[in-house]
Amino acid sequence: MEPETMKLLATALAIGIGGLAPALAIGILAAKGMEAIGRNPEAAPKIQTAMVLAMAFAEAIAIYALVIALIIKFVA
Amino acid sequence: MHISLAAEKIIEFGPIAITNTILVTWGAILVLVIVSWFATRNMTAVPGKLQNFFEMIVEALLNLVESITQDRKKAEKFLPLVATIFLFIITANWMGLIPGFETIGLKEIEHGKEIFKPLLRSPASDLNTTMALAIIAVISIQVAGVASIGFFKYFKKFFNFKGPIDFFVGIVEGISEIGKIVSFSFRLFGNVFAGGVLLAVVSSLIPILVPMPFYGMELFVGFIQALVFAMLTTVFLQIATIGHDGHE
Repeated sequence: MEPETMKLLATALAIGIGGLAPALAIGILAAKGMEAIGRNPEAAPKIQTAMVLAMAFAEAIAIYALVIALIIKFVA
Repeated sequence: MHISLAAEKIIEFGPIAITNTILVTWGAILVLVIVSWFATRNMTAVPGKLQNFFEMIVEALLNLVESITQDRKKAEKFLPLVATIFLFIITANWMGLIPGFETIGLKEIEHGKEIFKPLLRSPASDLNTTMALAIIAVISIQVAGVASIGFFKYFKKFFNFKGPIDFFVGIVEGISEIGKIVSFSFRLFGNVFAGGVLLAVVSSLIPILVPMPFYGMELFVGFIQALVFAMLTTVFLQIATIGHDGHE
């Protein structure tokens, strides 16, 4: 295969596979968060804050994958 | 459609180059300084509209920091750094959505190829800006830790000689501090740069109406990334200042 083809493939795979785990992580976080809020609606603000914080960590991994994909496509 | 990971240099004085993101950073600073000057002159006990608006913002940020630190005095000590980070990042991100950014620029010849250099570009889409903010945040966290619980007690967290496992945990803690710099900077950079690329691609495909929801998403993402950077800084400040045996 030519390098150009491999580059395109690598870009797509990098973000495609790299977005899988963070998406699952955010889904699980949101699910548990909603469960917790449903059980104790009074604590909703606290749970929301912690949930958003945890989602930021999980999203960061997806962002790392995106940055690698962008570097492969536009710099290398 | 040009997409360049590195910010384009507009003016160069020998080894020092002014990039388009630096220009917008200065613009953001100017906006914040002018607006806060107008909001804080002739302050009255019953505030006028602008002062009231900013009092709302400052109070919301103070409550956010206090909800993490559970201590009003500590929250007031952390507020300047955290609020500055939040206000600068949100101003920079939202300014980057003004029409004309990354589209109006100069066509220049460089290395024999004609390239397009936009005059203005969202500051956080430059890894230098986000890395600088991340380094400032992480160094402030170390300084706050040392200032509040003392130099040796704070660094006992990293050089823990109680046993072989604790020693290893200490080293991992040190590596995770470096990891914080990387994660802070790449989170903000990735979100803003990818947002810019997304808007460029969508606008080049269908320029009428379709980019609107994407602009809405970018407004939201700009706000969330500022909030997340500020909140994470607060959380790490809190962890650094309660001491190693706070959570035993």
